[in-house]
Amino acid sequence: METAATRNRKTDSKPGKLGREVQARLGQQLRAMYDDVVNQGVPDRFADLLNRLDGNKDKH
Amino acid sequence: MAMDESVRKAVLGAVPSLRAFAISLCGNVDRADDLVQETMLRALANIDSFQPGTNMSAWLFTILRNHFRSEYRKRRREVEDSDGHYADSLKTQPEQHGQVEFREFKEALGQLPSDQREALILVGASGFSYEEAANICGCAVGTIKSRVNRARTRLAELMSIDGIDDFGPDEQTRAVLAGGRD
Repeated sequence: METAATRNRKTDSKPGKLGREVQARLGQQLRAMYDDVVNQGVPDRFADLLNRLDGNKDKH
Repeated sequence: MAMDESVRKAVLGAVPSLRAFAISLCGNVDRADDLVQETMLRALANIDSFQPGTNMSAWLFTILRNHFRSEYRKRRREVEDSDGHYADSLKTQPEQHGQVEFREFKEALGQLPSDQREALILVGASGFSYEEAANICGCAVGTIKSRVNRARTRLAELMSIDGIDDFGPDEQTRAVLAGGRD
């Protein structure tokens, strides 16, 4: 539903020339998606893995 | 094996962004986590080849990326999702973005050729310079620039964006406005 009109407009566009605002907005979406994962931090399995690999950690 | 504390910190500190990169490569959280784990094992087994003073994060990204290319690409059809699976693989979505728009973005990203997608992620999200991204991908700086440009253009095409107007803050308003035009 959202795109019939926008797709029609799209046919007149010139690929390869993106406005600064569009680029900025795409970048914002990209970082939002990426940071969503980054903000999950370090899952336990990875800290556990390092502890297992690092013999010293077992000794205290 | 006793692990140098600074190595341990650097490796653990890189895990969140390694995961984000891995998910963008393989489109699946579980597989991405396996990829990150294998990267950590490889890195620690070869820690002697890491040059102190250089960028540990870039080194780890290079290992992850090479490992993905050599092992996981064989299973490409299994792994790659053309169907927006990537969009479902993320548990939360930021409220500040229109949900529809954000979903469209992730689907469009999933449709990019993998070399363009990885270049865009490295430069646009991971924060690497063009030079660092070129090192990670083992190609020329100009190649990375060109891939990033093509990725942006293709994303805009896939999302039917011609200008900032298409990023309406509100989907309904956008539909009404669009419907009112010829």
